[in-house]
Amino acid sequence: MTNSIAEIEDAACIFIIGSNTSACHPLIARRVFRAKEKGAKLIVADPRNIQLSLFADVAVNQRLGSDVALLNGMMHLILKNGWEAKEYIANRTEGFEELRESLEAYTPERVRKITGVSPGDLERMSELYGTRKPGALLYAMGITQHSTGVDNVKAICNLAMLTGNVGVASGGVNPLRGQNNVQGACDMGGLPNVFTGYQPVTSPEANAKFSQAWDRPLSDKPGLTIPDMVKAIDAGKLKALYVVGENPKLSDPDMNHLRHAMKKLDLLIVQDIFLSETAQGADVVLAAAATAEKEGTFTNTERRCLRLNKAVEPAGGSLPDWEIICRLATAMGYPLNYDNPKEIFQEISGLTPSYAGMSYDRLGLDGIQWPCPAADHPGTRFLHKDKFTRGLGKLHVVQYQDPAELPDAEYPYFLTTGRMFAHYHTGTMTRVSPALDREQPTGYVEINAADAGRLSVREGDMLVISSLRGRIEAPAKITPAVLPGNLFLPIHFGENPTNVLTNSEALDPLAKIPEFKVGKARVEKLVP
Amino acid sequence: MYKLVPSVCSYCGTGCGVLFEVLDGRILGTLPLKTHPVNEGKLCIKGWNLHEYVNSFMRLQAPRVRINGRLHQVTWDRAIQFAADRLKKVIAEHGPDSVGVLASAKITNEENYLLQKFARAAVGTNNVDHCARL
Repeated sequence: MTNSIAEIEDAACIFIIGSNTSACHPLIARRVFRAKEKGAKLIVADPRNIQLSLFADVAVNQRLGSDVALLNGMMHLILKNGWEAKEYIANRTEGFEELRESLEAYTPERVRKITGVSPGDLERMSELYGTRKPGALLYAMGITQHSTGVDNVKAICNLAMLTGNVGVASGGVNPLRGQNNVQGACDMGGLPNVFTGYQPVTSPEANAKFSQAWDRPLSDKPGLTIPDMVKAIDAGKLKALYVVGENPKLSDPDMNHLRHAMKKLDLLIVQDIFLSETAQGADVVLAAAATAEKEGTFTNTERRCLRLNKAVEPAGGSLPDWEIICRLATAMGYPLNYDNPKEIFQEISGLTPSYAGMSYDRLGLDGIQWPCPAADHPGTRFLHKDKFTRGLGKLHVVQYQDPAELPDAEYPYFLTTGRMFAHYHTGTMTRVSPALDREQPTGYVEINAADAGRLSVREGDMLVISSLRGRIEAPAKITPAVLPGNLFLPIHFGENPTNVLTNSEALDPLAKIPEFKVGKARVEKLVP
Repeated sequence: MYKLVPSVCSYCGTGCGVLFEVLDGRILGTLPLKTHPVNEGKLCIKGWNLHEYVNSFMRLQAPRVRINGRLHQVTWDRAIQFAADRLKKVIAEHGPDSVGVLASAKITNEENYLLQKFARAAVGTNNVDHCARL
């Protein structure tokens, strides 16, 4: 997030697109409700009717995968009506003329054809976001998990910059991160192309700095992303995989392809707190301690680095992940010796400018938001205050493109995937929790009453959902949350694994994120 | 002995402050931290039940190694040596870029830091990624 969670409640307008915030980030949704109480206007754009749609001043259901057209259509109207932040555009951005020209084609009528959103609704949402400042823009995987994910994010940034909403309190571009430490994993260099703090492995200075600190010459060739690793396994080039705290058999697109590829590995090491679907196929399973059983830090979605404290001893003979990694590295001939996570954190802050001013003592209970470059720096509530990281904010021309799959005669439905309020990712943690399992014990497929009627399907009937990749079964949940012609599947359940259906070929060319949010599918009643 | 231990919820990226209620070395419950800047004394249904997965009987208790097709519990020394020997063999035969490491959005910063250090310095590859995209 460019801005902070607490700032949301002081926004004058909140635009939520591709985030089911009240189900997936309830304590962020709380700030949205608080903002509403203080008089903010709420715009919700989501292909489903989510809970927040009910509270919105304008709620629209854009067709799955049509976000760029919707956002460009809003910008078209903002410029047409002169609602853009002219001074901000002149002083803080570049590329405006090219963007303006590219937006001319996104007339309300053309946008209606692509997205299904009426010109009246488009006008109202453009006016609210264009005229009520500051405007906070919130999004999540509904924007990113597309073959055009990077384009979607660029269109969002264009909209926020055109209206002068980046670099101001209670405004900003705010991706809500799904997993507890996904921000931290990125910050810490858990990516193939960067060291900590996004220092590129290809940069001679960064490479020299880390080579010296770690006492080894380091490769300056960017590594493989997960989808490319799967391809490399299939091609026999990647022979060993060490998986920590992940369950790719359920989280990666195209499960059958992955299962097939993983059999080709010479060695699979899995480190986890449960014997997950992936761990069951491993050669070595390393038993890890849970978060309540160790010290360390997480960095949340607003860049706040927070300390965990050890509450109890690790279960059975499990060990904290940091200790396991140290033991494995030492056995490999690269000794890693730390007495505690605090020592590791000191090494991190020494090598990472955005964390340089942080220490366990300073973090306390409230944590500190990066960038925090010095020990007397208070941390940063919102980014890009007076200038962008690159100087001027770049407005990118982004054209609408169809998703990789659109419904056809054989697969007439749109299929999308997402989360439920009681569960988390592949369900390994929440489904063993008695209270959460009681709340939502099974998966389902959401289907509109019109489609259910045509198929003679009643609530709870088993349906067979198939795509070009495979087929799964799930009980029907008849709901107006999905529009006619759309199906929704939650991702948490190994017994109806959505990643049998989803497409591992449709990736964003830059971010390599799979298109989990749009696919074509067929649905039939299961005949026993 | 009863104690309250402040920590952070691990169920999403919001980062709510929690208090673990601990009695005699077992977590009894999870409470919201009233003074925390993120959640100000509130939690969602997942947060209130955060301790339940920690206490689950399904938790792995010891490392396991596949012997003759089946996973068997072994000592830590044996599991680590087995993993290290096999990794070294793969590196010797196919080079460091034949190894991939999946870091995690569910473990700590310190652990992610060590994992990429492990991949880049101990193995010698930049093949390290995590499920930010998934």
